[in-house]
Amino acid sequence: MSWWPLIRILPKKTNFTYVKFAGFAAFLSIAAVTGSLVSMFTGGFRENPIAVFQQAEGTPFQRLGAVMEKGFNLGIDFRGGTSVLIEAPGHIDDEALRALGRASQQGSVEVQATTCVEGQTAPPYCAILRFEQGDGGSQVVERIRAGLPSVAEDARITSEAAVSGKVSEELFSGGLLALFWAIVLMLIYIWFRFEWQFGLGGVMALFHDVILTLGVFSVFRIEFDLTIIAALLTIIGYSMNDTVVVFDRLRENLRKYKKMPLGELVDLSLNETLSRTIITGCTALFSLAGLYYLGGEALRGFATAMIFGIIVGTYSSIYVAAPAILLWGVRRGRDDAKPAPQAAG
Amino acid sequence: MLEISRWRMILVAVVTVFGVLFAAPNFLPEKIRDSLPGVMPKQAINLGLDLRGGSQILLEVDVDTLRQRKLELIVEQMTGALRDAEPRIRFSGRAVDDCPARRRNELPVDLCAARLRLRDVADLERARRVLAPLKRSQLSVDDIYIFAEPEEGVIEVRIADAHMAQLARDAAEQSREVIGRRIDPTGTSEVSITRQGDDRVVVQAPGVTNPEQLKRRIGETALLTFHMVAPDTVGATRQVEPYPGIGNQPEVVEVTPRLTGENLNSAQPQTDEVGRWVLGFDLDTSGARTFCNLTGEHVGDRFAILLDDKVLTAPVIQSQICGGSGQITGNFTAQSANELAVMLNAGALPAPLKVIDSRSVDASLGRDAIEAGTRASIVAGLVTLVFMVLAYGLFGIFACLALVVNGVLIVASMSMIGAALTLPGIAGLILTIAMAVDANVLIYERMREEAALGRGPAMAIDAGFNRAMITIVDANLTTILAALILFQFGAGPVKGFAWTLTIGVVTSVFTAVLVSQILIAWWFRLSRPKQLPI
Repeated sequence: MSWWPLIRILPKKTNFTYVKFAGFAAFLSIAAVTGSLVSMFTGGFRENPIAVFQQAEGTPFQRLGAVMEKGFNLGIDFRGGTSVLIEAPGHIDDEALRALGRASQQGSVEVQATTCVEGQTAPPYCAILRFEQGDGGSQVVERIRAGLPSVAEDARITSEAAVSGKVSEELFSGGLLALFWAIVLMLIYIWFRFEWQFGLGGVMALFHDVILTLGVFSVFRIEFDLTIIAALLTIIGYSMNDTVVVFDRLRENLRKYKKMPLGELVDLSLNETLSRTIITGCTALFSLAGLYYLGGEALRGFATAMIFGIIVGTYSSIYVAAPAILLWGVRRGRDDAKPAPQAAG
Repeated sequence: MLEISRWRMILVAVVTVFGVLFAAPNFLPEKIRDSLPGVMPKQAINLGLDLRGGSQILLEVDVDTLRQRKLELIVEQMTGALRDAEPRIRFSGRAVDDCPARRRNELPVDLCAARLRLRDVADLERARRVLAPLKRSQLSVDDIYIFAEPEEGVIEVRIADAHMAQLARDAAEQSREVIGRRIDPTGTSEVSITRQGDDRVVVQAPGVTNPEQLKRRIGETALLTFHMVAPDTVGATRQVEPYPGIGNQPEVVEVTPRLTGENLNSAQPQTDEVGRWVLGFDLDTSGARTFCNLTGEHVGDRFAILLDDKVLTAPVIQSQICGGSGQITGNFTAQSANELAVMLNAGALPAPLKVIDSRSVDASLGRDAIEAGTRASIVAGLVTLVFMVLAYGLFGIFACLALVVNGVLIVASMSMIGAALTLPGIAGLILTIAMAVDANVLIYERMREEAALGRGPAMAIDAGFNRAMITIVDANLTTILAALILFQFGAGPVKGFAWTLTIGVVTSVFTAVLVSQILIAWWFRLSRPKQLPI
């Protein structure tokens, strides 16, 4: 059993030279970030942003919003759609109704069985079907009406209405503002605990990860719903955590090896934290792979965002946050070696 | 480090026991849960709308009342403009139609109007000129108000149909925000609030067993107003009824309020010197100034505090109150004071909402999707545990035990705040646990490094914990700070996310550091190993 525990397979000391590839990585990151931003403004390279801007109505700010809206395949949570109430004397097969909804239009569908009268479970049976309006909502309703006999006998649509998204404008702008201040506070905290170069490097890595994740959703038109927002916030947390771990080692080594060139020091710190990066990253990825392959449609978007986010989050700690320190340099203390502060506990 | 102090053991034991107690209701069938003795915690995590469904209420903005309130506001603007004219344009009467009454009498509601009669018909031309700018808003090209002169010297104003539709839509949007703050103040209840058509709001709440309570919380406008009580009044007065259950007697009060809930910063349930429940309130700066002047001028007089036009209390002003805070007394119970505070803090609805329809709804995900999601979450959790054991052997088992305690603590905390879990929420929870291994990994990797430097197992374990602590604190404090900001400024699900994030970080640091430390210390004392098993 020399292979168990697995951790023994990982070499105790590695000597990768990360910094050598920093230039190439920087080029790659800048290209990817630029591509993602362009995609967000051009609806995944499918729309002309200037034309969209000119056609949109309202203030320039609202017009810009219209351009950004095209950038993503926004789901029913954001864009809203149409809600129809269906009534039938017999049982309504909700899976069949869901299939009908999907066949009638391109967006996602939500089906909820419901009581027709409050507190009454006897027939008739009712169900609510919500779908993204897309273009020509009334045509979709007609298509659904035509397909209803396959769902339940004598089923009919008793009402239809446009519904808004679950995310109101105030909630959306409020959330963005909160996120902005959260990032500013993280910057200040890292500045306070490390140096300003670290703070900026960490926040750069953060933006890098969020923009690339958004880019993937924009380019591949993966449906963007509320769970993706949760995934983005989680990615921010993971990315920051990963970066701080690397920074922490860097700070420790800065104190330990006062004469070592900064490039070597960055390499050393990254090598020393490598096994932790691998183990933590793999645990999260394995667990997410389970969610992705077994979780069905309801979890796929979330798992996709997270898997991608964890990979770029790990990459960005190595190739965005740490090289930022190289770029700006850092004040090396000349005073006598201070012992690293020992935390209580 | 390997000597664990007694208080630390006690802390871990107490927290774990409480965690198990508070998490337990989630794993008991409902019948057993209800039959638990009173001291035991009973609250369980709700399953979200996608997993179990809940109840749905369809509400409609009371457009007639909204129209009337808007007309009252316009008349206020008009009289202001006439007073400010140079020389002043005098008018003798102002009247606003009772729009809901018009609806009841089947009169056309869109003709509902407000009127002003000028004292001097000669002023008419000037009045027209002064009032003209009020007709339009900066945002729209069309007139939003329609002025007419039904008879000599009378100016009548109505609201244009397009503008009324816009007002109703705005009111519905605003109601969504207010309802969200009322029924889901922590943002963790996973409610869904959408606008349907122009003036309707659909509220879905998971697993609500008592839709009546939901309706009560949503239907009230919760507008707080302060009025002077007769005989210390100037201007028109009217009689108002006591608030059911809280107020004592009807009062005759001034029509125009001196102060409204718009100047309210916050309200909290409190107890007074004799232990009765009261409602404490804080006013904003301008509200505090108004309140200070009002109480200063009227020492010895009575004023009434009205909620939705019903008297909560009508105390005598004992002395000038300038601090901007005060207490509302009444026949409050702990529950009613608390409920009222939540309502007042959420803000007033722009107009009353009528319940059009209420029904229960089923899970929005199909059975297959729920099964797949649940299975995937269980597998994902197991994968984490298995991987830790594979990677770290015995220490991996310790980490797993810590993760299990972590899971229990998270479930317990979420039950305590009355959170709901959707399928993605469950996936997120599993992911939180998968990421919580990071603290353990940091500690173990540090131990390995220290052992590689030639330290003995005791020294390596000790140094591993000590050194890793700095990193763990830095990394997690950064996250907590971000969560605090999200909690303070975010609304709805963003706030809910901040809650769960904070819970996850606190419990994972607690378990990874303290629980695994105790386990490792015990193991060390029993086996006295010659070398580190990782």
